[in-house]
Amino acid sequence: MVEIRFHGRGGQGGVTSAELTALAAIEEGKYAQAFPSFGPERRGAPVMAFVRVSDQQIRTREKVYSPNMVVVLDPTLLEIVDVQAGVPDDGILVVNTKMSVDELRKNAGLTRRLAVVDASTIAIETLRVPITNTTMLGALIKATGVISVDALRGPVQKRFGPIAEKNLQACMRAYEETVVEG
Amino acid sequence: MGKRVGMEVSIAAAEVVGLCDVDVIAAYPITPQTHIVEHLSELVADGHLDAEFIPVESEHSAMSTCVGSAAAGARTFTSTSSQGYALMAEICYIASSMRLPIVMAVANRALSAPINIWNDHADMMMARDTGWIQTVAENGQEVVDLILHAFRVAEDHRVLLPVMVNLDGFTLSHMIEPIILPDKEEVDRYLPPYKPKLRLDPQNPMTFGPVGMPEVYTEAKKAQDEAVKESKAVIVEAWQEFEKQFGRSYKPVETYKAEDAETLLLTMGSISETAMTAVDKMRADGQKVGLAHLRLWRPFPAEELVDAVKGAKALAVVDRALSLSGGCGPVCVEVKSTLFDRGLSPYVQNFLAGLGGRDVTVEDFETMVAKVGDGLAKGLPMGYEIVNARE
Repeated sequence: MVEIRFHGRGGQGGVTSAELTALAAIEEGKYAQAFPSFGPERRGAPVMAFVRVSDQQIRTREKVYSPNMVVVLDPTLLEIVDVQAGVPDDGILVVNTKMSVDELRKNAGLTRRLAVVDASTIAIETLRVPITNTTMLGALIKATGVISVDALRGPVQKRFGPIAEKNLQACMRAYEETVVEG
Repeated sequence: MGKRVGMEVSIAAAEVVGLCDVDVIAAYPITPQTHIVEHLSELVADGHLDAEFIPVESEHSAMSTCVGSAAAGARTFTSTSSQGYALMAEICYIASSMRLPIVMAVANRALSAPINIWNDHADMMMARDTGWIQTVAENGQEVVDLILHAFRVAEDHRVLLPVMVNLDGFTLSHMIEPIILPDKEEVDRYLPPYKPKLRLDPQNPMTFGPVGMPEVYTEAKKAQDEAVKESKAVIVEAWQEFEKQFGRSYKPVETYKAEDAETLLLTMGSISETAMTAVDKMRADGQKVGLAHLRLWRPFPAEELVDAVKGAKALAVVDRALSLSGGCGPVCVEVKSTLFDRGLSPYVQNFLAGLGGRDVTVEDFETMVAKVGDGLAKGLPMGYEIVNARE
């Protein structure tokens, strides 16, 4: 079983990222859970969302404590949230940043494997809004292969309707541009 | 054939209510039930569901409206949580005493104070003595299946009682997971159209809910107690029919690796799934541990419970609501009473866990089993413990 934690700010689509990941995995015939950090929601405040993906039926309702994968939707969170908390040594962090892997490691003091992409620029140029949820899914797919772009297509169409195609473009561009540490 | 979809559990709950051809929905939104009611109002507003959606001004009015609509012969649904349930409780007694087959989904949540919107079982325990049938879901699929089952049981002329389907707030209500949604034809095959036995009708006037003087109140309550007890046979029969049609099995008391278990965990609700994972882990370490989990809370399935636990030397009973200063939590009260009446005396410890959204983990279950083993070996007094409380 794989566990993923998304860090975003309220309104950036972290919860949507988690939902789309789970829906894509279910589309592939797998089992999945997606859930927000339960409670009141505030625009701009740091928020988390969680996903489990497994080939077998998932029989736990625990919170996610040690995610194998972490996705950071907003680079400003690195200064105020310990995005590495609970991540095992072989875990991976997928980060929206303008920095390179080396710069990010040095500046943010991160010790796990890293994947980086400038998702904010891609989102602004493709979607005209700084909402990085679908963009960061492209980065997650490139870095981990936990779901496929094909399986994501249906859920994105259903969620975004007329702007689905643009979101898929942003996702694909992020997939191309994400740099994954070896 | 139904189709497997990824869906938020609350949305799936609303979808299946829609498939059940409900006539009237009267509800007031409250966290964490909100998405169920929101989606039903969308289904009605968008013309996908031909029902009356009555947006009332409070839960007291919601249940009052449900009483009126069910008495008029309409298939009726509502949903609430926590404080909302507290406000409607007065009318819930009336709904059951008037034998009205209302179905209500409760997204279980703690009661204030302190104000807490998260999950525990305080609201369903407040409902314990109202005379409603209560079933308990452990995952999204079960929420869908139990709502469908609830209409069939409630409207059966051998039952005619309201049914509360409990689903853990947030933990289930806000979870996206794979769910097999039945199609309309399957639902219609399982759930016959509602034929009221008695109904309010201007052409054929009759009185519902008159005064019960001391000369008749006791008899009315005895009849109601018998009706609730006798509903169990129909509940089980409707589950057997469900299994024949849909292939998914439901029993009043479910068990997991319990046959040869010396220590049994006893749970209710979505933590049962986590408990199964804990049992797997402890079994892998060679411990003879199993799980019994309650699917039916009211009527209380005493015989089935005895069957499930009679071989165990020790029980770790988990409660998710307090009965302040009582001998133990409400589930454990029933367990002890059931065992005592039959001369059974295993070692029983009661653990109050998962209050107001506190997580219940695999490790917590391992700790409970260890404590029960220790208590049995050392002959420690039985009682209850509030788990993981900081001193």
